[in-house]
Amino acid sequence: MGRTDIGPPNYQDMLPDVIKKNYGKWKYHEIQRPGVLKHVSESGDELYTVRVGSPRLVSIDFIRDLCDVADKYCDGYLRFTSRYNVEFLTDKKENVQGIIAEMERLGLPVGGTGNSVSNIVHTQGWIHCHSAATDASGIVKAIMDELYDYFTSMKLPAYVRIAVACCINMCGAVHCSDLAIVGVHTKPPKIDHEKVLAQCEIPTTIQSCPTGAIRRHPDTNIKSVVVREDLCMYCANCYTVCPAMPLADPIGDGVAIYAGGKVSNARKPPMFSRMVVPYLPNNPPRWPEVVDVIKKIVEVYANHAKRYERMGEWIERIGWEKFFKLTDIPFTEHHIDDFTHAVETYRTTTQFKW
Amino acid sequence: MADGETPLLDELEKGPWPSYVKEIKRMASKNAASKDLLGIQELSYKDKVTHWKHGGIVGVTGYGAGVIGRYTDMPDKFPNAAAFHTLRINQPAGWFYNTKSLRTICDIWEKYGSGMTNFHGSTGDIILLGTTTENLQPCFDALTDAGFDLGGSGSALRTISGCVGKARCEWSSIDTLDIIYNLTMEFQDEIHRPRWPYKFKIKTSGCPNDCSAAIARADFTIIGTWKDGLRIDQEKVREYVDKGMDINGLIVNKCPTYALEWDGKSRELKFYEDDCVRCMHCINKMPKAIRPGVDTGATILIGGKAPIIKGAYLSWVLIPFMKMEPPYDEVKDLLRKIWDWWDENGRTRERLAELIERVGLKTFLKEIGLKPVPQMVYKPRANPYVFLK
Repeated sequence: MGRTDIGPPNYQDMLPDVIKKNYGKWKYHEIQRPGVLKHVSESGDELYTVRVGSPRLVSIDFIRDLCDVADKYCDGYLRFTSRYNVEFLTDKKENVQGIIAEMERLGLPVGGTGNSVSNIVHTQGWIHCHSAATDASGIVKAIMDELYDYFTSMKLPAYVRIAVACCINMCGAVHCSDLAIVGVHTKPPKIDHEKVLAQCEIPTTIQSCPTGAIRRHPDTNIKSVVVREDLCMYCANCYTVCPAMPLADPIGDGVAIYAGGKVSNARKPPMFSRMVVPYLPNNPPRWPEVVDVIKKIVEVYANHAKRYERMGEWIERIGWEKFFKLTDIPFTEHHIDDFTHAVETYRTTTQFKW
Repeated sequence: MADGETPLLDELEKGPWPSYVKEIKRMASKNAASKDLLGIQELSYKDKVTHWKHGGIVGVTGYGAGVIGRYTDMPDKFPNAAAFHTLRINQPAGWFYNTKSLRTICDIWEKYGSGMTNFHGSTGDIILLGTTTENLQPCFDALTDAGFDLGGSGSALRTISGCVGKARCEWSSIDTLDIIYNLTMEFQDEIHRPRWPYKFKIKTSGCPNDCSAAIARADFTIIGTWKDGLRIDQEKVREYVDKGMDINGLIVNKCPTYALEWDGKSRELKFYEDDCVRCMHCINKMPKAIRPGVDTGATILIGGKAPIIKGAYLSWVLIPFMKMEPPYDEVKDLLRKIWDWWDENGRTRERLAELIERVGLKTFLKEIGLKPVPQMVYKPRANPYVFLK
């Protein structure tokens, strides 16, 4: 048996010399071209970063390819960003072109800096998750193929953060993104009463439901539960605690689209993303309906927002009524909140646009 | 469809963005589990449902977390991926690597697993995707021999992560990498042995830009900030203006609290320190001219989470300013107080924010011994329903 609780390697063993030497002493940076950053230290030292898009779901051979480049140009060091981009770091300006050429050879895009669409934060989807209502990697690939030019350029009013979650558990906090795509079920759980008896704690299962839709089975001889379907909003929290209540459904499952969230405190405080499309069907392998909506919103935003205005700031300024008009997305009863914090979203002023 | 053909997934090999399908195929040519993974994914694309079953309690000796058990619902058709468990490997802080370590992980995963990975998972770990029950322990042993350990899962402290911090960012007011590493080493037991009502996340960002989305997804959010004023280099400001920057339109008028004023005559950017809320906008747009202050520390916020169960929360301010210096005892004490109270009072699957909403922030503050300050709220209550005691 191996050792336990040794923790991760010390990050200090993972830093190139130029970073060790200038740790905490960086003075300013500039973006030299999309995907290339130059940081300058108080000491006068310079550090060049080449940022590269990755599909996140990668083979060990992909990692070895990256290591080859890092060995050749970066003294054997590299890092990843919180959005899965790969960063090659070097204090030698002349190495930048070499790294970019290697990325072209490997078919990896250089970009994701400044006012771009950076890589899409996403979850596992059908590749590995039991509760996925959609796939994640496939939607990401389809969207990034379409928005590729926005990754390799910096022509947007501000940066646009996109995220995909394959169910409403939202591993990765997609709920504060400029654009969020979230897998949703639309059918209540299908209960396997024999499995409930074998695998589930009935009180925990009943308590798990945020709308109180789950009750004991009326027949006391059946040790199981029933669901009041008119109260179910398909959150799947019951399925998480009781495997005998799956919600996945080939026809019902699909995705919802949210817009206007941010986590940065710059100018306006962080905001939640808000529902703009309640449901689109799963249409693998390329989810064309989803890609169309995302592309449309990005383009309308690009054409209408003021410089440095994040999507949520732009929408707040013009008003949601204008957003739905400009994007041609229908506003329906589903957009009106009726959950825990609903009332604070109702308009309490006579100020609005036509 | 002939055996091994993947017409739907093949569509995702087209287009300019790098393809994860190509990546699976790279492994599928030499690894039977990856070949079956490809088949399972193709069937999900055809059937429009997941083919992974719920749960599976597997792990390594001495740990209750870090391994996600996973079985397919079609073990006969895909025997090589019948069990396809995940290992979460705690990443080095800031996701910095030397290639020697990365190559070692690749070699271990070539020997014991599918060869497929996520660099990285949402919480921050390296995800090693897909191995058998028998291979879990030897794979773990090889990883710890190489200096790596498991991350968190289930109702445990999740792997701590954060932004690049002082390693490569001039705006970081705190040493995020050291905070991550120090807290991770302190709380190994809490990460590896789930014991709480539900998950607990700690994330840290060096400045209010919050590149690690700490405010949206962490129960305990540490964001760097400062107490003094901005450092402004007027000469550099003038350089930006001379190069054509619309300083009134793009900087002054976008300041949320009117803390800046451009004096066109003296060509000076006036700064009203008392009015600044440290939003980062002017610093972001004029990095050569404007820098954060030097009296640095962190704002501690709590409660951030995604919608399950009672709705999404953004973390709210608990401690407006805390000095952040090793060994970070103040943070550790606060965390332990919060965990004790939450563990005692929380219901199953009730995150910290939901518990606080249920019993009231007032009660929480009393329990952990913090005095209320106006920075905790946007505004005071509007109703008269006070429990005066």
